[in-house]
Amino acid sequence: MPSTHDWINDPVGVVEGMFAASQSNPSSGWEARAVEFFKDRLKEKDAHTLVPSLNDIPMHYLKPNSLVKFRCFIQDMFDPEFYMGVYETVDPATQAKTLRCGKYKDVTECGVDFNSKNTVTAERQTFYCVPIPGENPWVKERYANSSQARVVPSTSYVPSRQKRSYEEDDDMDTQPQKQREAHAGPQSPTEHHGNGDCKRQETEAPSSQMTSASHLDLNFPLPGEKGPSCLVKVYEDWDSFKLNDMLEVYGILSVSPALSALADEKDASSNLLDPTESMETAEEQRVHCPPASLVPRLHMLYAKQLQHNNPLLPSAATSEDNSAFLASTLSEMPSVREELLAYLTHVLLGDALAAEYLILHLISNVYVRRDVLPLGKFTLNMSGCPTVASYTERLYQIIQQLVPSSHYLGMSLQNMNQIRLVPKKDYVANRLVSGALQLAKNTSLYLDETQLEQGQLDTTGVRNVTALGNLISWQKVDYDFNYHQMEFPCNINVLIASEGRSLLPSDCQIHLQTQVAPSHLEEYLSTMHMLSQASSQLNKFRIYLSVARLLDYSISDEVTKSVEDDFVDMRKDDPQSISAEDLHRMLVVARLLSLSQGQTSLSRDSWLRAKHIEALRRSRMEQHKCVNGNEP
Amino acid sequence: MSSPASTPGGRKRGRNTNPPTPSSEDPTSPPSQRRRGQDSSTGDLMPMPTSPATDILSPAAPQDTSLLSSPRPSVPPNEVDMSSPLMYGTPSSRIEGTPRSGVRGTPARQRPDLGSVRKAPQVDLHSEPPSADGAVASESNAGQRLVIWGTDVNVGTCKEKFQRFLQRFVDPTSTEDENAGLDLNEPLYMQKLEESDSHCTMVQLTCYPQEVIPTFDMAVNELFFERFPDSFLEYQIQVRPYNAVKTKSMRSLNPEDIDQLITISGMVIRTSQLIPEMQEAFFQCQVCAYSTRVEVDRGRIAEPAVCRHCNTTHSLALIHNRSVFSDKQMIKIQESPEDMPAGQTPHTTIVYAHNDLVDKVQPGDRVNITGIYRAVPMRVNPRQSNVKSVYKTHIDAIHFRKTDEKRLHGLDEEAEQKLFTEDRVQTLKELAAKPDVYERLSSALAPSIYEHEDIKKGILLQLFGGTRKDFSQTGRGNFRAEVNILLCGDPGTSKSQLLQYVYNLVPRGQYTSGKGSSAVGLTAYVMKDPETRQLVLQTGALVLSDNGICCIDEFDKMSDNTRSVLHEVMEQQTLSIAKAGIICQLNARTAVLAAANPVESQWNPKKTTIENIQLPHTLLSRFDLIFLMLDPQDEAYDRRLAHHLVSLYYQTEEQMEEEFLDMAVLKDYIAYARTYINPRLSEEASQALIEAYVDMRKIGSGRGMVSAYPRQLESLIRLAEAHAKVRFSEKVETIDVEEAKRLHREALKQSATDPRTGFVDISILTTGMSATARKRKEEVTQALKKLIQAKGKTPAMKYQQLLDDLRGQSETAITKELFDEALRALADEDYLTVTGKTVRLLA
Repeated sequence: MPSTHDWINDPVGVVEGMFAASQSNPSSGWEARAVEFFKDRLKEKDAHTLVPSLNDIPMHYLKPNSLVKFRCFIQDMFDPEFYMGVYETVDPATQAKTLRCGKYKDVTECGVDFNSKNTVTAERQTFYCVPIPGENPWVKERYANSSQARVVPSTSYVPSRQKRSYEEDDDMDTQPQKQREAHAGPQSPTEHHGNGDCKRQETEAPSSQMTSASHLDLNFPLPGEKGPSCLVKVYEDWDSFKLNDMLEVYGILSVSPALSALADEKDASSNLLDPTESMETAEEQRVHCPPASLVPRLHMLYAKQLQHNNPLLPSAATSEDNSAFLASTLSEMPSVREELLAYLTHVLLGDALAAEYLILHLISNVYVRRDVLPLGKFTLNMSGCPTVASYTERLYQIIQQLVPSSHYLGMSLQNMNQIRLVPKKDYVANRLVSGALQLAKNTSLYLDETQLEQGQLDTTGVRNVTALGNLISWQKVDYDFNYHQMEFPCNINVLIASEGRSLLPSDCQIHLQTQVAPSHLEEYLSTMHMLSQASSQLNKFRIYLSVARLLDYSISDEVTKSVEDDFVDMRKDDPQSISAEDLHRMLVVARLLSLSQGQTSLSRDSWLRAKHIEALRRSRMEQHKCVNGNEP
Repeated sequence: MSSPASTPGGRKRGRNTNPPTPSSEDPTSPPSQRRRGQDSSTGDLMPMPTSPATDILSPAAPQDTSLLSSPRPSVPPNEVDMSSPLMYGTPSSRIEGTPRSGVRGTPARQRPDLGSVRKAPQVDLHSEPPSADGAVASESNAGQRLVIWGTDVNVGTCKEKFQRFLQRFVDPTSTEDENAGLDLNEPLYMQKLEESDSHCTMVQLTCYPQEVIPTFDMAVNELFFERFPDSFLEYQIQVRPYNAVKTKSMRSLNPEDIDQLITISGMVIRTSQLIPEMQEAFFQCQVCAYSTRVEVDRGRIAEPAVCRHCNTTHSLALIHNRSVFSDKQMIKIQESPEDMPAGQTPHTTIVYAHNDLVDKVQPGDRVNITGIYRAVPMRVNPRQSNVKSVYKTHIDAIHFRKTDEKRLHGLDEEAEQKLFTEDRVQTLKELAAKPDVYERLSSALAPSIYEHEDIKKGILLQLFGGTRKDFSQTGRGNFRAEVNILLCGDPGTSKSQLLQYVYNLVPRGQYTSGKGSSAVGLTAYVMKDPETRQLVLQTGALVLSDNGICCIDEFDKMSDNTRSVLHEVMEQQTLSIAKAGIICQLNARTAVLAAANPVESQWNPKKTTIENIQLPHTLLSRFDLIFLMLDPQDEAYDRRLAHHLVSLYYQTEEQMEEEFLDMAVLKDYIAYARTYINPRLSEEASQALIEAYVDMRKIGSGRGMVSAYPRQLESLIRLAEAHAKVRFSEKVETIDVEEAKRLHREALKQSATDPRTGFVDISILTTGMSATARKRKEEVTQALKKLIQAKGKTPAMKYQQLLDDLRGQSETAITKELFDEALRALADEDYLTVTGKTVRLLA
């Protein structure tokens, strides 16, 4: 290993070196310098790609106490904790005292002198982080491929058991373990924990509990998610992080088995005399101190808030880089837009107008909130979706290929009555139990209403539908804290596919007009080609959609004036034709239309075009209303 | 001696690592020696909390162990023999028959909240036999020299100051009764303390609570027994300070607060069962029955390895029954939602309650807790040499104060008074002094919603509310102070948005939708608690928004059943519940802000309000203001609207920032006015109100109808009071009445205009029918009667034919409803009956 990479392999050594050096010079501010050091290193060209990522490298390949990165989502925030920032150890043999640094570590060295006057207590915050919910496979793959980190399974670390991921572990171990337990049970039921020989059993006990609900224990927002979750320890500036933020954390991986051992010990109810520990419930212990082999600790050195999780875009370390990149893609945007429009038209059974609206929806983004009103959201209700040949699911698959993260929610009665959409605080375990609406910003939520059948929604169902309604209208989710609710703003693109008008509110409804005869639909769908995974065209689309969302936008005074005139004129002709709400929508459409063409300010043409497509859409609605009169 | 220094926190600060300063007297002498010589020791023994902590750190040798067990309050053996077999269990179970008096006879309760092995040292002080006066003098002399370890707390001065302060306080209210009196008065001590010049004592109290509070205890007891030498107390008085200077939000606690006295507020989310915590272990030798006691030190008991009496090793066994336990409870506190920054999850803190404070709070209570913040290192695992480098933190509670205690009773519960900084108050007052404050505030309200100035003004007045009046002596009960507002109008006129805004603005707001809420959801329901299996009352939106605003969207879509519960709430401001054996009346002093859509989805200008929204008039008359939000449809308005909307979409960040500040100011402004301003009617204002009311009645009487009822007068008064509150004025003046009148008229003009005549007619709201309509009904009835009489003696007629005949006769169109009503009126007169399709004459 070249010595230049020591800061990746042994960041603790670097930190300790700085700490030691600072002892002679107390005012050196070594802490800031240490953080600065890592930041500088990461700024070097491609340096960040050298750091192995927890997302794509199995944990047992990573060296403990090495620098790793983790692309994650803050699912929960635990209470701040106080730790020994600096402490003194006493060598039992020589009685020599040494000052040590406790930062970026979970466990202290031997022989801590608790009464040393040099002890410094410091504060840090713990975040519970999970991989970004709903991140699509292409994103993961792409990130993994771009990584240059060479991972050599370390020899010092003997992962005899950990080599299997915990899920396999469960499957394979439950059986024999149960047997073993059955053996051990009658012989020494009480000694189960006290016996030093059955260490193996002890460490396995928690994992066997997880078999039934392994994902629940890791608390992923969406069912069926995989990947490591992490307890990220934050040392500075934790107020700047918010729940549901997307982060790229660079930190020191800590998987010290001592942590799990400590956690295990606590289960044994031997410490009657220690009130501080007997007070915490087993659940709380399990959540807050899970075995480090399942949930590693990550001591944050540096974190980057992610504006997007599209691997094809520069990760926007500095805004200047970013704007240069944006400028370069701007010129291509109209042509890419044409291609994408053609492709989506093809996908939407030849309906160009619907394709146009779909593009607008895909690049929509809540860019500002005016008191309670979120601006820029564009929830699309695509009605008239054919119910044959699982069309709606196919449509989702295509969207999945285009956007970095998305989630499909089939609104079947059973689903609505059963799933947990709204996160809820579990006071017993003292954590926020996640729900499917705890999503990172700009996640595409695809609601498939064609799955709805007749039946009755129960209490949960009604609550879920209300939550979805709130999400769409106000872009917020009221998390359930039992004694009160807490409002968390969100920024989720909701697309509703339905047959008739959706039961949920929406900003805009478009009725799909297929150009394909129903009899040929099946055939058409089977020939509908999906773009191959890595095609450059698909990548162009992906970049296009993400970039359009990041662009700034403005309206000149001139155009403002003409928009106002237009509005007044329209109202003059027929006051019923356009309401304030319609103007709101038209302004959003105009904004998105401009952005979709790579224009950062509203032009007269775009405004007219926005008016035009809105008129087309409305006339289609009218038409549709006439066709089946029972539509409201 | 039991020392503050023996707590882990103390260690960490390194106070005790200082070598013991050999002060002139014997605090540093071995405690065992002191114990023997106790009774003869001189007064300088008093500042006992100084203890050589270095000894405690090596509790291996037997004699060291005895060092650890601090001298218990030395009481004459015939009174309280702690080692007697009768004395076991928790200290509170010790009750004695012998009457005692004086500090000496009163057992001191342990204060586990101050430190793990603390015992108040005051008895030592009083075991000295000198005359009171002399003692005080000598104490203060001695006090000059004696300072508690590692601190700058001068015991003598501190005690003296506190006593002086106590005396100053006690004297004016000398009526106190012996036991309760002092307890009741305790809270005032702190305020007094602040006033008196002993400010430095305050600082000491917050910094070194575990040293200073026992000193206070000492002082109180001394004083008490000095004043009431013959009184009998079960236990010595304990001082429980509250409302510490360091009032903090949970979020701002940091390592510097460890071991300091802090006050934080929060909500109780979980309480544990009662935990008996061993304070003192009782060991007995199996060989010679020699018994010894070991005090708990940092959660551990050092078992004596050798019996001191017979020198047998490992012969001592723990006797649980005779060990001393104290009560303890773990309570989890969560940050209150108001204190939280957006986008973060609430923090929780563990609080330990001891002895008296156990079971004083329940989950869900909002409390202010005063206590000492502690940090304990994680347990060292015996099998592992390294330690988790994290401390466990908790608060040892000294005092609880429930902030919502009086929520269900009591009129002026401004318990959770919002604290305003001087600067803030100044800013608010400056704002209030501006002549256009009313306009300013109303335009700051929901700026994203365009115009509707009067509606915003109405809502602004609703946010401030009227003054609470109590007429229960005269039998009328409470007067409603809240202003209720109904917004109705076309869909898409941002009614919901306005509601959302209000809901976000007020601290106790609730937002419900008429479609989704049931009667129980609004009021309260009884459910079985899954944990305790007891029936508990879960309160609904109306009760939760007590003292706040309940926003009800889609009011028209609410079922009649649900709406009916609003009748009581909107006038009597209470909610009566009789469910599952729970019969009670809850306060629901909430203002209702409702929004309703017209029945025909578009407002029909040809119909009255009642007809448009189809709400029972009994309910409508309970709204002070009913506004119509209509699309005005004129060009100038359209232009301004368009400009407003477009500007929404490109405003810069700075402008947004400005606005956000406005919202914070607005919040504070409202909170301040609601808390501190209680305007009363001035003479002129009352005159103006009377005139206004008479005028309103006159308008109607000219046309043979009544256009105002007492309810409208009450509304006017409320609005005028609210407007005075907006001006921060303690007096309601004529301008307030003028504005109230204007707004009321404006709302009336919009909602109670009779579409047939164009006049304002309050009876539309009060009876559901305009006076013209009633007149018309009367006419039709008369016409019908005439018609029937003209037909002569026909006992029965066909319904349809009668209708046709009447239509033919009348010049104006007669609807079927009108005809039905006329028939009903005649049936009421017992003139005829209607059975199916036939009409029969009676008599």
